[in-house]
Order: sequence, then structure tokens, then C-alpha cells
Amino acid sequence: MHAESLPSIFLNAAIVNNFVLAMFLGICPFLGVSSKKETAWNMGLAVIFVLLVSSASAFGINWLLVNLELEFLRLICYIAVIASTVQLVEMFVKRYSPALFRSLGIFLPLITTNCAVLGLALFQTQKEYDFIQSLVYALGAGAGFTLALMLMAGLRERLALARVPNVSQGAALTLMLAGLLSLAFMGFAGLGGSHG
Amino acid sequence: MAELPKHQEDLSLDTFVRGLWKENPVFVMLLGMCPTLAVSNSAINAISMGLATTFVLAGSGALISWLRNWIPKQVRIASYIVIIATFVTIVDYAIQAISLDLYAALGAFIQLIVVNCIILGRAEAYASQQRLVPTLVNSLGIGAGFTIALFALGSVREILGSGTLFGLHLFGAGFQPWVVMVLPPGGFFVLGAWLLLFNWIKQRGERRADAPTGVPANAR
Repeated sequence: MHAESLPSIFLNAAIVNNFVLAMFLGICPFLGVSSKKETAWNMGLAVIFVLLVSSASAFGINWLLVNLELEFLRLICYIAVIASTVQLVEMFVKRYSPALFRSLGIFLPLITTNCAVLGLALFQTQKEYDFIQSLVYALGAGAGFTLALMLMAGLRERLALARVPNVSQGAALTLMLAGLLSLAFMGFAGLGGSHG
Repeated sequence: MAELPKHQEDLSLDTFVRGLWKENPVFVMLLGMCPTLAVSNSAINAISMGLATTFVLAGSGALISWLRNWIPKQVRIASYIVIIATFVTIVDYAIQAISLDLYAALGAFIQLIVVNCIILGRAEAYASQQRLVPTLVNSLGIGAGFTIALFALGSVREILGSGTLFGLHLFGAGFQPWVVMVLPPGGFFVLGAWLLLFNWIKQRGERRADAPTGVPANAR
């Protein structure tokens, strides 16, 4: 795994094993904030930042815990770091862009419970990436998340003008769309090897 | 949310039952989507995941309810997360000890139970305000609802995707499995189909109930 090149790690995380559409991580914000392109874009940026910071901290914590032979505390430490990073982002956004703060609403603090963030920390540990590889992996995952979110938001903006049967409005239709997107992303399978 | 009056709920059958249908975490509240979609590619995975989540729900709910008067309001979310993570670590090691195959099949999603919104949602909305026994019963109800929903997804995906249920072959050799159903898109499609079905049932029920006035059925 150590030999894996950086571009391949990036592509793998962003496209081939897209965190949202192929690995089902971060579905809640994917369904929740994908109704407008602008909000989706900002959400994507916030998530990329949280991913990068928590990936770097998770790397440090893991090194510390392995040296102290306290691996069973890994999960608790990771989640604590993620929660504090999200708190930081929240304070930052609230201070510098109150409008954005309002439009993201409850989904901003909920980045803590975005499985993509914890998932990334766990996967990078599992794959034994070094520091640079972890950061590239985080960037790829964030780019993939933003890509999926933007695609979905674009589709949903168009769909808002379409006449759809009453029963299928809301979550059911969104899930069907996500299925189609996921089907499209499966076309990339085999480009960069399987996830482990 | 914290200003809600601390209404103590009396223990009744409804405490348990409403988790199954009226407040079903997956089909009604649309929470916990990630594990729902990710591990529902076979019935057995779905049920194991449901049981693991139920254990964490009940354990963390009970502990939070018991400690509810000692946890300071400002740091409650962090405290809940730590309590939940503790129980998830227990489950993680327990599954690893019981069945390595299952552990490999569920992968990181066992540890990801920590970030299952259902559990944190229950902790905030119910366990932090209610007494121990109702919390336990309610958590078990929600957990059962989650397990049922996972099973509903997992069984359909396994039957269509590999022609089996719990590993038993259901069809003859002529059956061509719909491989797409066990792959990621299948998860989205099957969950979407279930939601469509429930929407349809609900709308039909509402139309029957107030046929003369014709209230828009999707007002929710």
C-alpha cells in the first residue's frame, strides 16, 4: 500500500470509490443540503477543510496511540478531534459569513456526525498511509464529496421545475436520482483498484 | 431544544411500538442512511448491523438517562459522543471476537455506528430527559425499527441481487441475478422504492380519511 502513488490515491478517493456514491459515507448532508448549488458548494468547502484538519490530527493521534499501545482508545480520540474541528469551523463561519452560517443551518454542526469524516480517519489508519498520503486522500475524498453534492444539486435544481407524480416527491425521488448517479460512477470502477 | 419541559413519559406499549412504525428511524425520519445503505447488501449483514446498533442505542441511552442530571448542558453533546463511542468500541471488539467473517463483511461500518445520527438524536431528544426504564424501552423500540428497516432492504437486495436469502438459494439455476442490486446503486434504488411504497400507502390512507376536503397529501 505504501507504494501507491499520490495521483492514484486522489483519483481513487474522488472518483473510483467516491465517498458518497460508492461507499455510502456522508449520505445525510448529501440528501439534506443538495437542493441549491451555492449551498452545496459551500458545504463542500467546509467538509474539505474539516477532512484535511481531522486527517492530519488523526495521523498524529494514531502515531501517539500506537506508541503508547492504547489503540482501543482510537475511536474515542478521533471523534473528539473531529468534534472540536467542526466547532472551530462553525465559529469561523459564524464570525466571517453569517449568511452562509444561516443557509447551512443545522447541517454545519452535523458535520461531526458526517460519516465521511470519521470514515476517512479510520480508512487512512487501516490503509497505513503516511502523512502526505493521508492529506492527499483527505483532499480526494473532499473533492469527491463536493463533486457528488454539486451534481445532485444541479439535478435537483432542474427537477424543481419538473412535474413529477405526487407520491415520488421528496426523499424517494432524491434517492432514485442518487442511484442513477451512483450507477454512472460505477463506470469508473477498475480505474484505480479496489478499496480495502 | 433544551427548553422543552421535562415531561416524564409514562411507560406504555406505545413507548416501544412507535419506534417500529410511527417514528421508524429509517423510513419515516430518514436518519442513519449511511449504514442503512452500506451494509444492507445481504439479509444477515443487515440483521447483525441492526442488532449492533440496537445494543449501542440501549446501552448509551441507559447510561445517558442515568447520568442526565450530572452532565452539564454546555458539554452535553461531547459527553454523549464519548459515551456512545465507548459502547461502539465494546461492540467492535465483541463482533471481532464472535465472528471474524462478519467483522470483515461489515468493515468500518461497525465503528461508524458512532456517527449514526439515530443514536445521537435519541440521546438528545429522549434519553437526556426521560427516566431510565422508558429510555431503555424506547431505545429498544427504535433499534427494532432500525433492524426491521435494514432487513426490509437487505432481504430485497439479497433476493434480487444474488437469488438467495440468508445464503439459501431461492430460485432454480435459470435465475439471472440482478448484480446491480448488491452494488451501491441497488441500495439507493431499493430504499427509494420502499419510500415510494410507503408514501403511496400513506397518501391513499389520507385520501380515504379526508376525501371531501382533499388536503394535499404531501403536506409533511
